[in-house]
Amino acid sequence: MASSWWPLIRLLPKKTNLTYVKFAGFAAFVSIALCVASLVSIFTGGLRENPIEVYQQAEGSPVARFGAIMEHGFNLGIDFRGGTSMLIEAPNPIDQEALRALGNSAQEGDVEVQGTTCRPANAPPYCAILNFETSPDQSATVEEIRRGLPTVAEGARITSVDAVSAKVSEELFSGGLMALGLAMLLMMIYIWFRFEWQFGVGAMLGLLHDVILTLGIFSFFRIEFTLTIIAAILTIIGYGINDTVVVFDRLRENLRKYKKMPLGQLIDLSLNETLSRTIITGCTAVFALIGLLFLGGEALSGFAIAMLFGIICGTYSSLYVAAPVILLWGVRRGREGGEARAAPQPAR
Amino acid sequence: MLQVARWRIILVAVVTAMGIAFAFPNFVPERLRNSIPDFLPSQGINLGLDLRGGSQLLLEVDIVSLRAQQLDNVADQMAGALRDADPQIRFTGRGVVGDTARIRLIDPTQMERARTALRAIAVSPTGGTDPIYAYTESADGLIEARINEQHMRALSRQAAQQSIEIIRRRIDPTGTSEVSIVRQGDQRIVVQAPGVSDPEQLKERIGQTALMTFHLVREVSPEEAAGGILPPGTMVVGPYGTIGQGSEVVERRARLTGENLVRASVNTDPQTSEFVMSFQLDRQGALTFCRITREYTNQRFAILLDNQVLTAPRINEPICGGQGQISGNFTAQSASELALMLNAGALPAPLTVIDERTVDASLGQDSIESGARASAVAGLVTFVFMILAYGVFGIFACLALIVNFTLIIGAMSMIGAALTLPGIAGLILTIAMAVDANVLIYERMREEAATGRSPALSIDAGFNRAMITIFDANLTTILAAMILFQFGAGPVRGFAWTLSIGVITSVFTAVLVTQILVAWWFRIARPKTMPI
Repeated sequence: MASSWWPLIRLLPKKTNLTYVKFAGFAAFVSIALCVASLVSIFTGGLRENPIEVYQQAEGSPVARFGAIMEHGFNLGIDFRGGTSMLIEAPNPIDQEALRALGNSAQEGDVEVQGTTCRPANAPPYCAILNFETSPDQSATVEEIRRGLPTVAEGARITSVDAVSAKVSEELFSGGLMALGLAMLLMMIYIWFRFEWQFGVGAMLGLLHDVILTLGIFSFFRIEFTLTIIAAILTIIGYGINDTVVVFDRLRENLRKYKKMPLGQLIDLSLNETLSRTIITGCTAVFALIGLLFLGGEALSGFAIAMLFGIICGTYSSLYVAAPVILLWGVRRGREGGEARAAPQPAR
Repeated sequence: MLQVARWRIILVAVVTAMGIAFAFPNFVPERLRNSIPDFLPSQGINLGLDLRGGSQLLLEVDIVSLRAQQLDNVADQMAGALRDADPQIRFTGRGVVGDTARIRLIDPTQMERARTALRAIAVSPTGGTDPIYAYTESADGLIEARINEQHMRALSRQAAQQSIEIIRRRIDPTGTSEVSIVRQGDQRIVVQAPGVSDPEQLKERIGQTALMTFHLVREVSPEEAAGGILPPGTMVVGPYGTIGQGSEVVERRARLTGENLVRASVNTDPQTSEFVMSFQLDRQGALTFCRITREYTNQRFAILLDNQVLTAPRINEPICGGQGQISGNFTAQSASELALMLNAGALPAPLTVIDERTVDASLGQDSIESGARASAVAGLVTFVFMILAYGVFGIFACLALIVNFTLIIGAMSMIGAALTLPGIAGLILTIAMAVDANVLIYERMREEAATGRSPALSIDAGFNRAMITIFDANLTTILAAMILFQFGAGPVRGFAWTLSIGVITSVFTAVLVTQILVAWWFRIARPKTMPI
């Protein structure tokens, strides 16, 4: 290899001596503060609503009322909110008031109209979104709007319709939350099974941290929360655990290798040893997602934001949450090291 | 040292070749796919509705009316059982109240016998141990029956399953369009119609009532029928789909309706070995049918579905057993199709649309294009980054990535799993994450080299030591994907597919492909120090 700067990896020091554990207290403070802020944002709909009022206004059992608070916490997409959303494109500017009037005449519920950018780029230049509650005779409503459309905007046509009944949206919402919970539980059990329970708790807290912060971002900035976002968060969980496992794996190895080293120092050593991998993998993922964010079009931007933020969070949390949590309880050391079965010592 | 077992090389070669073969059709224009030789796969990736444009409907069996129908049925069965008891048990007040079917014994002292008679009709037809109806008795002779919830679920599942066939027949009578109709859970049906941008027509056809009726045929010459000269009380009906054979002039009045049909099945006539249709009528239907066939022997009667002729056989002899045979121009397929329709002529229960999504094809095309653009950029960025970071080893990682991409595309085409917009996002993510395994291996090599080992030893140890970590790290991603499957609706499921396929192929390529490449390079270059 001719030049000294290429490959770039040579620029990364082979051995780093960063002290993570020293900052663990500070990091914990920051993490807890951010989590609390996220939760506050979720419960107040991004500081826009009073959860007590929402609770009092909601109907049904306490659980259902609590669910209402959660629903107010996010800018829920049609998947979770239920309702009908129509995308309309037209060659001439669309009179939004006339469109609203058409929506009102077709059904009784509230109508929401907003202008939007068109896809694809060569489509007619004017687009609008028409949202309303899904009525019982939903197809008749859509048909009525389709018929009335030429009077509102000539040459207009409907390019997409999403109509989700309240029943389905509730199922999707509870199903989504359940999937998130189940995923975290499974991960914890897996880590517990492969490592020790302290590792499982650490991984779980790290994941919880990532998920809460990501949800907080979505709640605070009112980014539309859709089914795809649930998929993104599940992937974040997957990525976060992936990162954590790499660190834990090294920690387990070092636990066996250096039997006398204090745990704090051991954690620092393991984090330092895996640092270059953390940086490189993190960078590739972030670069790819930035590409997705700017070139993937509007449909995937929410997904890209969630993933981008989640991956940064996940990297941070495996360094500063998951590993230091182990310090809280310590690990059983000695004869068998970090693993239940007697593994052979690595030849050194 | 650094010997790669021959079986590994063969495995990689075979898998890669298969990947290329299965992925290949995707890069061939649609019109040329037919010219791919038969022994090679010619199926491209199955695009999800959000990418190709089309409509999706989620239908739900209306449990309330299904239960009402069924309770009515139970009341009938109870009455029948009491009537059939020997000696007859007299009753009154048969009916349905709320979620119970009830009947009142005129003489409450006969309760014991009634119980025995009613127990027989509550036996599970599928061999289950629990009775399908639960009875409650009152001292004044009132018997109430409730349908066991498990049985209700089974009925609903059955109704959904039957509805699928009926819906298919209604929206895709020729079987040529790519409509997919599948059951989801106990009471739902997903209908996906690619390319349909207005689902109204679809919904209309699904919602139409298929009524099966038996009419007498009036023999009118075709000229007269065409001229509109018809006997009073008759009408002209056209053939049903591809099964009906021609128009007929029939009486307007239906002599018998599908409600009286119990079952239709396909048999072969033992003498002519032709396919025939057997049918079984209920008690009421049998009586009516017996009367009609006696009265109109040697005439023809027509079986109509939605006022279109399915078949119009001749009555050869009076049919009084409630069983009959329809012979005709049947093939095995047309006979079984007919049986299917006769058995499931009308939707067993009303269906409601609970979720409807339509995407215009232009919107889908736009999604494909932006997805492809984003993937290309993500891939390129990763390539550049890996080569900059790891030099020659980075090139190996890129080659592994190309194989990985081919394998993912190949596997998706082979399985026929739908690629959705979130699926494309999953693909991009997989590209980025796939290099993680490479990074883990390379970093391990660097560490080993730093302790003063020779390049050969470092490389070997790098692969071996990193394996455990790679395994642990990727298994967790698979777990996450599994949950997505369980939970996932259409697009998310597409994401789960690409994610899980991607994880498997990336481990395969990062470990095996890279190992082979590094081993070859090592044999040729014989490096004194590690290049990374």
